[in-house]
Amino acid sequence: MSQLTYGQVDRDILRAMEAPGRRYYIVFLLNFLVLAWGAFAWRYQIVHGMGVSGLMHPVMWGVYITNFVFWVGIAHSGTLISAILYLFRVRWRASVYRTAEAVTVFALFTAALFPLIHLGRPWFFYWLLPYRQVGGLWVNFRSPLVWDVFAVMTYMIISMLFFFTGLVPDVAVVRNRTSGLRHRLYAFLAQGWQGTDRQWRHYKAAYIFLAALATPLVISVHSVVSWDFAQSIVPGWHSTIFAPYFVAGAIHSGLAMVLTLLIPLRRIFRLDAYLTQSHLEHLAKLIILTGLIVGYAYIVETYIAWYSNNVPEWQRFLYQVTGEYAIPFWIMILFNSLIPLLFFVKRIRTSTPWLFAIAILINIGMWCERFVIIVTGLAHEYDPYSWGLYFPTWVDISITLGSFAWFFFWFLLFAKFLPVVSIVEVKEELPPPMKAITVEG
Amino acid sequence: MARPSAGLVGSFRHLDSLLQAIDRLRQAGFRDLQALSPVPHHAIDEALHKPPSPVRVFTLIGCLLGATTGFALTIATSLHYPLITGGKPIVSIPPFLIIVFELTILFGGLLTLGGMLLNARLPRVQIVPAYDPRFSEDRFGLWVRCEASDFDTVTRLLESAEAEEVHRVGE
Repeated sequence: MSQLTYGQVDRDILRAMEAPGRRYYIVFLLNFLVLAWGAFAWRYQIVHGMGVSGLMHPVMWGVYITNFVFWVGIAHSGTLISAILYLFRVRWRASVYRTAEAVTVFALFTAALFPLIHLGRPWFFYWLLPYRQVGGLWVNFRSPLVWDVFAVMTYMIISMLFFFTGLVPDVAVVRNRTSGLRHRLYAFLAQGWQGTDRQWRHYKAAYIFLAALATPLVISVHSVVSWDFAQSIVPGWHSTIFAPYFVAGAIHSGLAMVLTLLIPLRRIFRLDAYLTQSHLEHLAKLIILTGLIVGYAYIVETYIAWYSNNVPEWQRFLYQVTGEYAIPFWIMILFNSLIPLLFFVKRIRTSTPWLFAIAILINIGMWCERFVIIVTGLAHEYDPYSWGLYFPTWVDISITLGSFAWFFFWFLLFAKFLPVVSIVEVKEELPPPMKAITVEG
Repeated sequence: MARPSAGLVGSFRHLDSLLQAIDRLRQAGFRDLQALSPVPHHAIDEALHKPPSPVRVFTLIGCLLGATTGFALTIATSLHYPLITGGKPIVSIPPFLIIVFELTILFGGLLTLGGMLLNARLPRVQIVPAYDPRFSEDRFGLWVRCEASDFDTVTRLLESAEAEEVHRVGE
């Protein structure tokens, strides 16, 4: 990357923002049709009631909550890459962080929909917000669901702040190169940025504090989500390892999603000089780490279920590995903790087709993990009399597909309207132009 | 002394030329300098002798405010309508700490943003006349505000540091 000049960086990255070709429109339209179908299914559910989904006693949390946990998890790797690796001064993050951060913001847009979709009367969602309700009643601050509202809303606001703050100097570059309506849009987004020393000084200071605030936040968010489960007394949920287990799983799935999106992006926009094979390899190495933590959590969970000598706990475990939902369970074990170990082989983690295939498998595996945790927990509680099964109907499935389309809708717009690689941060990684030829140290 | 509205802008191809120009101008007594650059660089701040950004104070105030709000909101509303849930005390601090934590981060982040906007004078509708699109691409600019009588001296100093071009801005 060191042979690049500042001017070349502008040209290469802005090339991705030129008018899209026919293929882009076709993909966009197909995606939009799936989104419209999902929206129709939600409308159908609102009109006819929750009975049209597969939710039925005792499994009152189905794929909607699975999707909620899954998408919040996807968001986490973006903050890991943009904030935590920023604080650690990891140089390779410069090229990937913009995409990762976009994944965070759009995944949260998607996640935030699911608690609403899950409500029978979504127009009363504001009952969850802290305000003085009829008779002077306030929300119950001892309830994990209220913690969730605070955690997810804070996370969404802070990651949007972080995303847009990082964009401002880049958008100023775009502003200078466009005209007409587009110019006015970017001029608005750039907020009058001109790169004076005063602006840079305060900008850098604010950026590092936002990173420092986002770092503990990201860990807290999935911990709080895990407490939605761990605070209950459902066997298999009531466990102290849930918070670290969920955070590691979140980053695991998020890294896989970032890989899934970066690999096509790099090819379509010819960004090989910026998103090199070594960037993908670094991500694969992080996946090994998170995959090992997730695998360790699976083992601990099993061990505790056995060692606790608690009958419902152990029964529930046996049900999980042999019952109606055994297939997603074994998919989860295989795809999340065993297949990522292939990345220990250098030939595999430096091969793009392998990376892409394994990333997709991890996405599937992590979705199954959330499904297994939520559904088998509720389907097989203490009393055999209250055991029951849950299978998603076409409404559940359509809304789930629609949520992926909703995520890709935003991502497709982002890929065309904003610089997918941070211009300023890539330039910062280059040696500044010097009159005196200095020896690279 | 009123701040001169007019000034000269020098444009540089190299970072070290810009730093040299800053040093020479400061030695000659011109202190009202503003650098424009495509990337931030510590060397520029050091050459201009700028104090550290006060944004951190905003962050601290935001965090303290957030924590206070978190405690006040949870404790006051629980006392206002005392309803025992789960056999826990009315003021149960451990779960409330989660709300306190989230609000600490939220307010801290919002005030950090506010502090940046306030200190960096953003957003602005009018771009300063010294700005040139190239200063966001691959050139460094130095804006020297001075009296018309000093223009010759400043031009000479800028050119001695290999400014590519020097032009007048403002009235």
